[in-house]
Parts: sequence; C-alpha cells; structure tokens
Amino acid sequence: MTTHSSGAAGPKHKFVEAGIALLIALFGAIVIIGSLKAGINWGAEGPRAGFFPFYIGLFIIISSAINFWHALRDGDGELFAEWGQLRQVMSVVIPTAIYVGSMPFIGLYVASIIFIGYFMRWLGKYRWLTVLGVAFGMPIITYFIFERYFLVPLPKGPIEEWLNI
Amino acid sequence: MEELVNLFHGFAVALQPFNIMVMLLGIVLGVIIGVLPGLGGANGVAILLPLTFSMPPTSAIIMLSCIYWGALFGGAITSILFNIPGEPWSVATTFDGYPMAQQGKAGEALTAAFTSSFVGALFAVVMITLVAPLVASFALQFGPAEKFAVYFLAFCSFVGLSKEPPFKTIAAMMMGFALAAVGLDSITGQLRLTFGFTELLNGFDFLIAVIGLFGIGEILLTMEEGLSFRGGKAKINLRVVLQTWKELPRYWMTSLRSCIIGCWMGITPAGATPASFMSYGIAKRVSKNGKNFGKGEIEGVVAPETAAHAAGTAALLPMLSLGVPGSPTAAVLLGGLLIWGLQPGPMLFVEQKEFVWGLIASMYLGNLFGLIVVLTCVPIFAAILRVPFSIIAPLILVLCAIGAYSVHSSTFDGMLMLVFGVVGYLLKKCNYPLAPLVLAIVLGDKAEEAFRQSLLGSQGSLGIFFSNPLVSTIMVLGLIALFWSAIQEGFTRLRRTRTAAA
Repeated sequence: MTTHSSGAAGPKHKFVEAGIALLIALFGAIVIIGSLKAGINWGAEGPRAGFFPFYIGLFIIISSAINFWHALRDGDGELFAEWGQLRQVMSVVIPTAIYVGSMPFIGLYVASIIFIGYFMRWLGKYRWLTVLGVAFGMPIITYFIFERYFLVPLPKGPIEEWLNI
Repeated sequence: MEELVNLFHGFAVALQPFNIMVMLLGIVLGVIIGVLPGLGGANGVAILLPLTFSMPPTSAIIMLSCIYWGALFGGAITSILFNIPGEPWSVATTFDGYPMAQQGKAGEALTAAFTSSFVGALFAVVMITLVAPLVASFALQFGPAEKFAVYFLAFCSFVGLSKEPPFKTIAAMMMGFALAAVGLDSITGQLRLTFGFTELLNGFDFLIAVIGLFGIGEILLTMEEGLSFRGGKAKINLRVVLQTWKELPRYWMTSLRSCIIGCWMGITPAGATPASFMSYGIAKRVSKNGKNFGKGEIEGVVAPETAAHAAGTAALLPMLSLGVPGSPTAAVLLGGLLIWGLQPGPMLFVEQKEFVWGLIASMYLGNLFGLIVVLTCVPIFAAILRVPFSIIAPLILVLCAIGAYSVHSSTFDGMLMLVFGVVGYLLKKCNYPLAPLVLAIVLGDKAEEAFRQSLLGSQGSLGIFFSNPLVSTIMVLGLIALFWSAIQEGFTRLRRTRTAAA
C-alpha cells in the first residue's frame, strides 16, 4: 500500500512498531539486570535464581533487534491509526485508569456507578433515567451475585461503611 | 474396558442435579460471552473463575468448561447474523455464513453451524475418552528432561505453526517467561526481578494478564474501529432445522476431514483459529462446489465450524493428560485446577478419577445441552448484540475489574489489568501473538523447574535432553516444529527449481 488515505493523519505504523520493539528490548534489559542481581552462575544447589531468566532476557533482546530491523525495512507509508481513532481509544483508557486508580479509596461500587454513568452520559448521550438505571442496577446485581451468593468480597469505601453494608 | 466403567461413573457425577444446573448456567453465560465483543472464552472464564472458589472442584470445572463450549457456539451467531466474528475462530464462518443470512437462509446457516460444532466437539471428546488415559499412563514415566521436552515441543509448535512472524512469536513468548519468573524462585526460595516492589513478591498472575490482554485490549480495538451493529433477524423453526439436518449427512467427508484437522491442531497448541481457516481452505479446494465458496455455500459453514469446535475441545487433551494446555482458554482452566488444589498432569488420572471422568462426561452432556440451548434461544442471544456498545463497554470493563480484583483481593491487580490491556492493544496492532505470551506465563515456572532439575542431574550438560530415545524424539519433533515454516519454504523452493529445470 503506497497510497495515503485521503486527509487522514496519524502516527506511521513502522515507527510505532519500531518503538514497540525498542520497548520490548528495554524490558529484556531490565530482566537481564534483575537476573544478574539474583546471580546467573551455578551455586551450591545448582543453577542460581537468575540463571534461567538471564537467557530469557537475552532471547528477548535478540528477537526484538530482529523485529526492529524488520519494522524499519518492511514498513511503508501505512498509518498505525488515525488521530481520531486514537482519541477514541484514549477516551476509554483515561476514565478506566481513573476508575481502577480510585477503587482502593472509594471502593468498587461507588467507582463503578460513576464510571458507568460517565461512560453512558458523555460517550453514549443517553437520557439521565436510563443512565441512572444501568449505573445503579449493575453494581447492585453484582453485590447480590458476588457477595451474597458466591461469597466473594469486593472492595468497599467509606460510603459502604457509613451504610453499614 | 476400564475406561468405559470410569466414563459411566463420570456420567453419574455429571448428572447430579447441581452439576446439571451449573452446566446449563455455564452454557448460557458462555454463549453470552461468545456473542459480546471484548469477552471471549479465555477472559470470560478468567473473570468467572473467582465465582467457583467456593464450589467443589468437579462442579467448578464443569461450569467453566461449559462456558468454554458456550463461547464456541456463541461465536457462530454473530458471524452469521452480523458478519462480526465474536471470536477469532469464527472469522472463517463469516465467509459463507453471512452471505447465506443475506439470502434469507440464516436459519439454515445457524443450524448447520451449531450442528457441525456439535459433531466436531463430539469427535474430539470421543478421542479424548480413548486417548487421554493412554497418554497419561505413558507420561507417568516422564522424568524432568522428558517434561521439559514436552514444554519445548509445545512452545516450538507455536513458533513454527502460527501465522505471525516467528521472531514476534518468540519475543511475545519470552516476555511471558520473564513475567513468570518474577517473584519467589521456587527452587532456591530466593527473590528475583522484584526490584524492591512488594507488590511483585508473588509475581504476575496470568489471570490478570488474560483479563487485561484479551478483555481490555479487545475493547480498545473495538473502540478504535467504532463498531456499529447491523444485521438480520434470527429465526429458527423446527422445519428448517429438520430440513438442514436431512441435508447435512451429504457433507460427511468434509465433516470428517475437518474433525481430524481440528483435533490435530487442537492438540498441538496451534489452536482453533488456524484450524478453522485450514479446514475452510482445504474444503474449498477439494469440494466440487468449491467455486461457490464465499457466496453462501453451506459446506463453507460446516468446514470451519467443525474444525474450530474439534480444536477447541481437543485442546483439553494435553491439558488433562500432560498438564500442557493447548489454548489460552485451556490454560485458564489449568490455572483453575491449581487454585482448587489439584495438580494437573498424568497423576490426575490416577488420583482424581472422579474429577477427570466427571469432566469428560460433562463434555458429552455440555455439548448436547449447548446444541439444544443455542438452537432454541438464538433470537434472545442475537438481541443482546442490539444493545449499543456504549452500554456494553463500561459493563464489560467493570466486570473485568471485578474479575481482576477477586483473584487475590488486591486493588493493585486492577491497575495491572489496565496496563496489560494497553500492552495487549499495542501488541495486537503490531501483529504480536498473545496466546504464547499467556501460555508462557502459565507454564514458565514449571518449564524452568524441569529445565533446572534436568541440568542438575546432568551437571549442567545439555546432553541430557538427547540422552535416551524418548526424550530425543520429543526434542527432535520440537526442532522440526520450530523450523517448520523454513522447512516448508525449502521444499517449495526445491520443487520450483526442479520444475524450472524440467
């Protein structure tokens, strides 16, 4: 594919792919450093803890180098994704990050109600009644299925404590 | 005939009222999971795994494996009615299934798909019944070197048989091994690769990785594509079913071939997706209706569905008898075994007879129930797809978060899940396979243990892996699988030069 799609802009696929290969290689380097710390040679009881991961790290770096080279060699003008599409993806990633990040403090239930509500109201543009129905309905059903029936406790925050659930 | 007696005991276990209930529950949940985008067999089972902690292991595995069967059935519904493969292995079903639906033959296509799925699964279960005990009793003699050789073979087949570039497969796999190594080293009891973070003491749990990589990653991909569902209505009545059934025996040859392809691809960890494509491709080449493939030929639905379901089922054979799962979903089930305190592998057949044969019996029953459930309830399941994505997506994300949290009751795992999700999205976009990564996280510790124990026995010499005929055979098979694509290419090049010379 040598033709550029009309008007659409975004990061080039080959650069993203090369970047991913570099990140994976970096991961491999971290693994090797960690293995060296744990000891990669033979100890009194045989191979030490870092022995196996050290070679895994080496494999990661070697295969990433080949992938990096392939990405730059084979890459053409193709786009990884359009900026608009990436914005869509980020519109899920950022709220989800806030959601899982806030869970230790306000508990799963409150966080879920806000998260579902936000998603439906701002991305789906539903009527408030529908939004509130789903946003409260889902956590309540979850409570009964998980905590009451299957006895799996889920994280709770100050509001649940105040309600004494 | 001891197997038959065991199987009947298994049926007695599977037919207990509670087990029948969880079987039906599993099937229905599984079909819903298969229909929904972003939820598939592997992460669906992973999310629901915590629900089974309080059940007896046999009921738990029956429920989880039935979710798997349900997901296999469910993938066909969306492919045929909406041209959206709910699961990667139903991509090949869209080629002929969707044109059939457009011609007003959705009922025939669905009946053919469900029936072939059932036939494929049945074939694979019969094979498991007959072969698994033999493999297990054979594997009981394996020492650490043989064990490592089996892992080696499994991972080499990934590299040689997957359609992704080999070095991307290796990179993904090795990342899995590295993640598995984090935390406490099981042999020396020493900490490694934690870099002082206490959260990493217990290492990375593969359930979190599965939920993130497959669940969150898939939702991000769907978000990027901006999916909107448009599709025909599903109607199946008894007349259409009976008519299609009358027609299906004509394609017995295609079915049989697809069953065999499926079983083979399922046992080697290539999985259901390549099996369905391969079976479709061969059917297209061999069938006398081959030129009509892609325009709504019923045989083009039979072939991939039979193979996908046979492969999905056969993937449990190495999981049960060797402790090496043949697919990511089988890997999650294996993780379940460990959580319930069972040691997967050949000893299961000796020590946990009731569990193993209950599971095998439930495979027969589960697929039969599954067939009945999907044939009668298709319109209801299709209606789920009409719920807009902006409602489904947050609900699935919340479910993923609950699943990730409840594995270890840790909110840190929720954040880890999102990281895995973003990584999964990027890797998938860059054509890295995710299945070997997950399998490596699951098997990493065991493979390493087998490797180090073998080296311990041989004082560090790699010769131990070629020290007797059995271990050498497995290792050589592994090497052949590793270089399979190169060998194939060599053959075609050889043939080409020969024809050019003639």
